[in-house]
Amino acid sequence: MTAPSVPLKAGPRTAETAGPPGRSLVSRLASGASGGVLRVFLILVALLWVTPTVGLLASSFRDPTDIADSGWWDVFSKPSQLTTESYSTLLGKEVITDSLLNTIYITVPATLIVIVIGSMAGYAFAWMDFKGRDWWFLAVVALLVVPVQIALIPMSDLFGDLGIFGSITGVVLFHVGFGLPFAIFLLRNFFAEIPRELLEAARLDGAGEIRLFTTVILPLGGPAIASLGIFQFLWVWNDMLVALVFSDSDSRPLTVALTEQTRQFSGNIETLAPGAFISMVIPLAVFFAFQRQFVSGVMAGAVK
Amino acid sequence: MASQLATAGGPANPVPPAGKRKSVMGTRPWVAGLFLLPAIVLLGALVVYPIGYSVWRSLYDADGSGFVGLGNYGDLFSDDATFTAVKNTAIWVAVAPALVTGLGLIFAVLTERVRWSTAFKLVIFMPMAISMLAAGIIFRLVYEADPDQGVANAVVVGVHDTFAESSVYPKARPSAVSDLKASGGGSFTSTGTVRAGSPALLPLVGIAPNKVPGSPGDAKAAESSGDGVSGTVWLDFKLGGGGAKGAVDAGEKALPGIEVEAVRDGKVVASAKAGDDGTFTLPASADGAQLRLPASNFAAAYNGVDWLGPSLVTPAIIGAYAWMWAGFAMVLIAAGLAGVDRNLLEAARVDGANEWQVFRRVTIPLLAPVLVVVLITLMINVMKIFDLIYIIAPQPTQDEANVLALQLYNSYTGGGGNLGLASAIGVVLLLLVMPVMIVNIRRLRRERRR
Repeated sequence: MTAPSVPLKAGPRTAETAGPPGRSLVSRLASGASGGVLRVFLILVALLWVTPTVGLLASSFRDPTDIADSGWWDVFSKPSQLTTESYSTLLGKEVITDSLLNTIYITVPATLIVIVIGSMAGYAFAWMDFKGRDWWFLAVVALLVVPVQIALIPMSDLFGDLGIFGSITGVVLFHVGFGLPFAIFLLRNFFAEIPRELLEAARLDGAGEIRLFTTVILPLGGPAIASLGIFQFLWVWNDMLVALVFSDSDSRPLTVALTEQTRQFSGNIETLAPGAFISMVIPLAVFFAFQRQFVSGVMAGAVK
Repeated sequence: MASQLATAGGPANPVPPAGKRKSVMGTRPWVAGLFLLPAIVLLGALVVYPIGYSVWRSLYDADGSGFVGLGNYGDLFSDDATFTAVKNTAIWVAVAPALVTGLGLIFAVLTERVRWSTAFKLVIFMPMAISMLAAGIIFRLVYEADPDQGVANAVVVGVHDTFAESSVYPKARPSAVSDLKASGGGSFTSTGTVRAGSPALLPLVGIAPNKVPGSPGDAKAAESSGDGVSGTVWLDFKLGGGGAKGAVDAGEKALPGIEVEAVRDGKVVASAKAGDDGTFTLPASADGAQLRLPASNFAAAYNGVDWLGPSLVTPAIIGAYAWMWAGFAMVLIAAGLAGVDRNLLEAARVDGANEWQVFRRVTIPLLAPVLVVVLITLMINVMKIFDLIYIIAPQPTQDEANVLALQLYNSYTGGGGNLGLASAIGVVLLLLVMPVMIVNIRRLRRERRR
């Protein structure tokens, strides 16, 4: 196991704190050689990591006969196999286009409502004085790790009584409920860092709570709200379980529509591959556009 | 833990300083109430109430009429299906977080000084962005049993065939007119013996002429070759029929690569491989021996590993999970690594520690807090794992791959659904994450007091 030693030895920082003279040449030679090995190893790992996704992508651009005939890696030797036929077939199906729209109808409100209600509560917890404030906040923190599974059965009963079982409203409500603890936790911590002087100055100018909230807290809380928004958006967009339980054939999002396809798998890669890829496009775009906020949001939110 | 994660997550979400903050000058309590009301109502109705309901419901039987006490919890362990789920959840919790954290640690340490580490991290982290559904579909494709479809088996078969010779003609057999008879174990031996100077004819059938692997050329009758024994192995059949049985006719395909052994008194005295025109030549020592086509010519092709079969389905899905989450562990550990004091490492080196010892005795202990956070986060995540198994495990082996969250869903929706048992599973899942909940609360209170 020489591998872990490599990065510790090689690189610029060792130069500043170089060991006794005479060792450096040897270690430089050693790290040069193992640096090559390291590079090859990392490239292999990276290839291993992208291969599954490339497989899906390549499969989604082949027609069913080619898929049945040979592996997706054939497209590299026969690029003529590439076709967008599977995509046009898929997007011609009403089931798919409807469910794609449903995904948007579910994700957008579930994200916005969590942001609005979460920032209001976050502001109250950070800057307002009321009895039992810390206890209430502790209760919210306790809810951070509650598994969604525990609410599936009670909520189907409740939603059934309210007449929203199987509707988009029900799915959105459920996502809001389980998105809120993290939203409040994240935003309260961020809002509490806003300098007191800013709030006091605004207050001296005669601003009320609502004006403080909209003109000071929300603009300054931007970065945290962005992280939260991205995270909540992806969490809802990628959700399958909640929608599987609470949506019906008119309100089901793309993930559920595709899940039904997986139940009879091997025959229909030509549906699943482009379908899965369409469901991945938005998350991947978000990922590449907002890497920073995405990473911090996912890391902070992984407790869910 | 959540707060620690939030700190590690970057500048966006620091933990606020301690100390009692006063409100921004005289907020009236009812204003605070208004700001909090929507959140409190929604959390109460959607998160708190269900917990109470589930606990209560778990004490009743399937249709909710009879009180059974803790009976449903007992069934968790006595019922076969749910017990498999309990067992598999335990396997997941024991294996997956450790595996993912290990991978994350290796990647974080190895990329620390690589210039293109950002690109590498991007590649490893990317699967975090996609849904478990998409990841599931991706890995069903990877694990497809057919080596011509699934890349995992394509690699396994490729490696296998490189080291163990594979047979090219699994379905071929001697034609009825030939002298070759089955001689046990899948091989065929001639009843008569061969003589130098009179070429042997070994006609085979059983393959469609247009499906012969490698599309070889036509066969050629072997010429006698002096002292040696010569002969032809070919496909004694051509499309459209015609030609005499047992004779090499124009248009009949050669079967190159077939191994021919000369056997005398049960011992192999010589062997040769058929060439591109189907002919082979054995040395003079084969004179008077019987000819045998060993079984290796006809062995069924190796088809790789049954990834999603009963015995491997859980490890296979854990592999898919590691693919998704290694990036998460890597990024967190890399953030922790950046905060490690270089002077401590250097001091250890000056004291004569080698790099492995520095890593093992200094770096790892310094990283311990981060590693614990990563492990616990992953454990919570893994306890609730559902989508990946639901998508990847095929119907016939889904029972073998069962976990608690999936069993809850099945008890709830499946035929003969048992809401009492499903509720009990939900409560168990909550109890499993309870320790983390308590740690979260205690950390927060400690921060307040400071």
